[in-house]
Amino acid sequence: MDELLEILNDINPDADYETNEHLVDDEILTSFELVMLVTQISDEFGVSVPSEAIIPENFNSVRAMMDLIERLQEDE
Amino acid sequence: MKKSVLEFLEETAVSYPDRCVYSDPERTYTFAEAVRTARAIGSRVGSLRAPGRPVAVFMEKSASMAVAILGVLYGGCCYCPIDVSMPEERIRTILSVLDPAAVIAETDSRDLTKLFSPACPVWDFAGLSGTPEDAELLAHIRDSRRETDPLYILFTSGSTGIPKGVMGCHRMILNNLRWLAKEFPYEPEDVLGSQVPFHFVISLHDIFVPLRFGCSTYIIPQEYFSSPARLVNCLNDRHVTSVFWVPSALTVVARLNGFDTQLPAFLRYIFFIGEVMPVRYLNYWRRHLPDARYVNMYGSTETHVSMFYELFRDFRDEERLPLGQACENVRALILDEGGRPVPPGSEAEGELCIGGAALSLGYYKDPEKTKDRFIFLKTASTESERFYRTGDIASYDADGNIVYHGREDFQIKRMGYRIELGEIEAAASAVPEISECVCVYNEEKQMILMLYTSAEKIDSRTISGRISERIPRYMMPNRYIRLEQMPRNENGKADRRGLKETYARSEKK
Repeated sequence: MDELLEILNDINPDADYETNEHLVDDEILTSFELVMLVTQISDEFGVSVPSEAIIPENFNSVRAMMDLIERLQEDE
Repeated sequence: MKKSVLEFLEETAVSYPDRCVYSDPERTYTFAEAVRTARAIGSRVGSLRAPGRPVAVFMEKSASMAVAILGVLYGGCCYCPIDVSMPEERIRTILSVLDPAAVIAETDSRDLTKLFSPACPVWDFAGLSGTPEDAELLAHIRDSRRETDPLYILFTSGSTGIPKGVMGCHRMILNNLRWLAKEFPYEPEDVLGSQVPFHFVISLHDIFVPLRFGCSTYIIPQEYFSSPARLVNCLNDRHVTSVFWVPSALTVVARLNGFDTQLPAFLRYIFFIGEVMPVRYLNYWRRHLPDARYVNMYGSTETHVSMFYELFRDFRDEERLPLGQACENVRALILDEGGRPVPPGSEAEGELCIGGAALSLGYYKDPEKTKDRFIFLKTASTESERFYRTGDIASYDADGNIVYHGREDFQIKRMGYRIELGEIEAAASAVPEISECVCVYNEEKQMILMLYTSAEKIDSRTISGRISERIPRYMMPNRYIRLEQMPRNENGKADRRGLKETYARSEKK
C-alpha cells in the first residue's frame, strides 16, 4: 500500500488518496496520469496490466488499485 | 465563392436532410434539425444587432453545443466557447476581456449570474432553440457577410498571466475545407470521432467538416480516454472512420496497449496535431492499422491547420516527423535572426512564420500584441504580405520539408494544451509567502515543476490549493520544490536553463 501511495503522490501530489474513492471519475487521475500509474505499477509490482482492466472502477480508489494488483499477481 | 461555412451547411442539409451531423451518447441532430435549431438560435442572436461581436457559449461539450455554435454564426456573431471546468477567477478574467454580446448556457450550468455583467443576456440553450425563426433577419445577415468576418474567439494561455483571445475568421476554415476536399476528401458515410474540447482550435475540424462533406461527428465521452479498451469499442460501435486528435490521445492508447482485445475496424484517416507525436507510439498504431492514412498536421490557434506531412515511409522510433509542407493557399517561411527568409536547401534554423489564407485576424482587443506577432514581410516573390510569427524554431530538411526544433520562449505543450509557463508563475502570486518562482517542464514525462524560494517552508498542498483557484487543472504543476536560493545567470535573472537541466532533464531525446 505504501509503495502505491508513493507512486500516486509522485504523479499528482494534490489528492487525498486515502479517502477519495472517485479518483478517476473526479478526474484527479486523467488518462495521462493513468499511463504513468500503469507503467509504474507494472514496474514496481511486477505485473502486466491488460488494457481491459484499465477502467475507472479499478483505479477510483487506492483499495481498488490494490485489489487489482493482488488479482494480477495471483494470475501470474 | 462562399463567404461563410453556413453556406456549406445549407447546401448539405438539402442533399442529406436526414443524415446525422452531430451526435453524442445522449442526443443526435440530423442536418435538417441542426439547421432548424441553429436558425432559431440565430434569429435571437441576430436580434441583438451586434454583428461581429462575440457570444460566449458556456456549455459542456456536446452535439447541442456544436449546434449552438452554428446558431451564433447564423446571428452574425462569432463564438467563444468557455471551458466550464475552469476556475471562476480565470473565467472572470476572460469575460472581462471578451465582453460578450450574450451568453448561451445550459440550465444546469453553475450559477452564472455572478460571472456575467447584468447587462449581458444569459440564454438557456433549450429555451433558445424554440425561438421563432426570423427568415428576413437571417437573410439580411447572410447578405452582408464577408469571408473576413470573425468566426471564433479562442483564449489561449498568456505569458503575463492574462489569457489572450485569438480572433479567427471564416476564410481560415473555408480555405481549409477546400484543401481537405483535394487532399483528404470525406464521404457522407464517414464518421469523425471528436476528442478535443471545443475551446481548442483543432475542434474546428470536428465542427465544420461535416457541413462541407455531409459526414457526421460523434463526440466521444472524455472518460473513454481513460479506458482504452472501451475507447476502441466505442470507435467500432459508432463506425468511426477518422480521428483528428492530439498526439497525447494516440499515445495513451499505445502506452496502455489499447489494441490488445480488438482493433478499430473502420479507421481510415488518422490525423494528429497540436504537439510533437512520439514516433515510437505512432509506430504502435501503424503496426496494428497499416492501411490507414497517417498525417502529421501543424497549426496553431492563430493559423488553424497550416502545414501537413503524410507518412509514406517507415520512421524509426527515435526519428522526428517533419511538419512537411504548407497547405494550399498557405505560406510557410523560416526567418533567420536578421529577419531574412532562409532559402530551402539551407540547413539554417530560424523562426517559422505562416501567411496566406490560414491567418487569423489577430488578438482580440490587443493591437500591440497583434502588431508584435503578425508582421508584414516583403519577399522576393511577393508584395508585402502578412505573416504570423509562430515562435517555433524550424529548418528545412534535405527533402525540402520543414522540421520543428523547439520553442524560442517558455510556451509548452502538455496533453495538447498550449501553456505559457509564465501564466503559472503569475498564478503563484496567490501565495504571498513565495518570494520568487520559476516553472520548468519535463517534456518526456509531461511534468511541470515549480521551483520557488520562500522565507518559511510551505506545504505543497497549500500552494496547489491556492493556485488552483487561478489556473485550470491542465496547467497545475506536478511538484513544488523549495530552493534555498534562486540560481542566477550572468544577467542576474533566474537561471531557467540551469534549473531545467538539473530538475527536468528528459532522459531520452
